Amino acid sequence: MGSGTMKPYVRPMPATWWLQRGPYVFFMLRELTSVFVAAYLVLFLVMIDRLHQGPAAYQSFLEMLKSPLAIVFHVVALAFALFHTFTWFNLTPKALVIRTGEKRVPPAAIIAPNYLAWIVISVIIGWIVVKG
Amino acid sequence: MAKSNEPIWWSLFSAGGVVAALLVPVHIFLTGIAWPLGILPGDFLEFSRIHMLFAHPLVRLYCFILISLPLFHWAHRFRFTLVDLGLKRIHTLIAVLCYGSAIAGTIAAGVILWS
Repeated sequence: MGSGTMKPYVRPMPATWWLQRGPYVFFMLRELTSVFVAAYLVLFLVMIDRLHQGPAAYQSFLEMLKSPLAIVFHVVALAFALFHTFTWFNLTPKALVIRTGEKRVPPAAIIAPNYLAWIVISVIIGWIVVKG
Repeated sequence: MAKSNEPIWWSLFSAGGVVAALLVPVHIFLTGIAWPLGILPGDFLEFSRIHMLFAHPLVRLYCFILISLPLFHWAHRFRFTLVDLGLKRIHTLIAVLCYGSAIAGTIAAGVILWS
């Protein structure tokens, strides 16, 4: 036998392993949310760039936003973004364990303020963008 | 990537996750759905309005955070997803490409917002 240590055996895993079970698909969809969020933010940065280029460049970007393809993309991106919001908030009791005396604060009491903050912040941003 | 870098990437991932969860849905709804479909009153994305809004330094800072942190959140998730999908042998290259893209996006955001 040759010198050196033996390599551990790694069982080959097909790239489609995550399609085999529901929870794995859920996991992959959750990972995919970040791709849609990032894609939206790159598009948002392009919008700010067009804004700096002047009214004509900005106007052509707005026209693009009205195209059916852009609307479909944003609807899908919103669905993924909401999926991220819900899964992220629902994980907070796992990351944050609060106790009052002997008792552990129930998970729902830790999750709820996240949703409240999210709604308040969304309304404030909406108000600033639409009315401000 | 050296192990000692992990806390930095994880912190950025976590902060980006919070920003993405709290702020991104309303932005997608406003610019990508409500405005093109005319769901909310007024032409609120009109050039002069948005131009004035971006004149405010706090709006620029807000947009910088809004864009940058979720890019690091994406980089961290995407890195491990690709490794999970079987690209374990090139995991260092994947880490460099993912975090590198997030850093490039952050620099681009800084340049565009403050040029």
